[in-house]
Amino acid sequence: MFTRRSAAIAAAILLSSPALLQSASAADKPTDPQIAHIAYTAGVIDINAAKQAQKKAKSKDVKAFAEDMLRDHEAVNKQALALVKKLNVTPEDNDTSKALSKQASDKLAELDKLSGAAFDKAYVANEVAYHKQVNGALETQLIPSANNAELKSLLQTGLKIFQGHQQHAEHVVAELK
Amino acid sequence: MSGRLFSLPIALVFAAMVVPVHAATIEITMENLVISPAEISARVGDTITWINKDVFAHTATAKNGDFDVTLPPKKSATSVLKKAGTVEYYCRYHPNMKATLKVEP
Repeated sequence: MFTRRSAAIAAAILLSSPALLQSASAADKPTDPQIAHIAYTAGVIDINAAKQAQKKAKSKDVKAFAEDMLRDHEAVNKQALALVKKLNVTPEDNDTSKALSKQASDKLAELDKLSGAAFDKAYVANEVAYHKQVNGALETQLIPSANNAELKSLLQTGLKIFQGHQQHAEHVVAELK
Repeated sequence: MSGRLFSLPIALVFAAMVVPVHAATIEITMENLVISPAEISARVGDTITWINKDVFAHTATAKNGDFDVTLPPKKSATSVLKKAGTVEYYCRYHPNMKATLKVEP
């Protein structure tokens, strides 16, 4: 029962993550340099989205949310950079990172056409979807694949903080209705 | 030597005047997005040392408005308790971080 349920959840996560589905079939187990690259890229994407929101958002809650995203994701990425430096690892670009970046730049362009309340709603709705996608990838793919204990631990902290972001985004979505 | 003998009683008098007799310093730590201890008792006049061990900024924000302390990454801060009561507080940036401080008179 539990297995069936968690398999269904895993399938749902994969289906909602086109970028990560591709990489899962290409290489089931990303290497640590690839994982570092994916995690860092995922952070940069949310930082760019937050910077766009800071310029365009109208609602006070949405502005505050964007500020939180900027603060936390910059902190995680700073930590990630310090870790790869310490481990002497060069993050390695890969198909998952590329697909994530492409998806994100399309989204930025799409959101750029919106303004006011329409932008606010679309930005926060995307933040829910994006954090779900990243959290799903962390749980099912990146954390289990990470070899280095410090990298694994950083990803686990990231997951915990991003789960909070997802809840926060869901809360803001509900408030905007 | 005579200086030391002289200053000791003065220091004692001074301490008794300024700090309530049982004033204590209590440490509350934020680490890995968890506040610990999650529940603690203190007295009016006690000092809380808030320690943020995370790379994230946190806050200790009382729901009733009694205090709102901002803690940059890897920093600590102190506040002196002035009012009795049970205070529920949380981190404004990470609202899943919650804890309770019981301040006895």
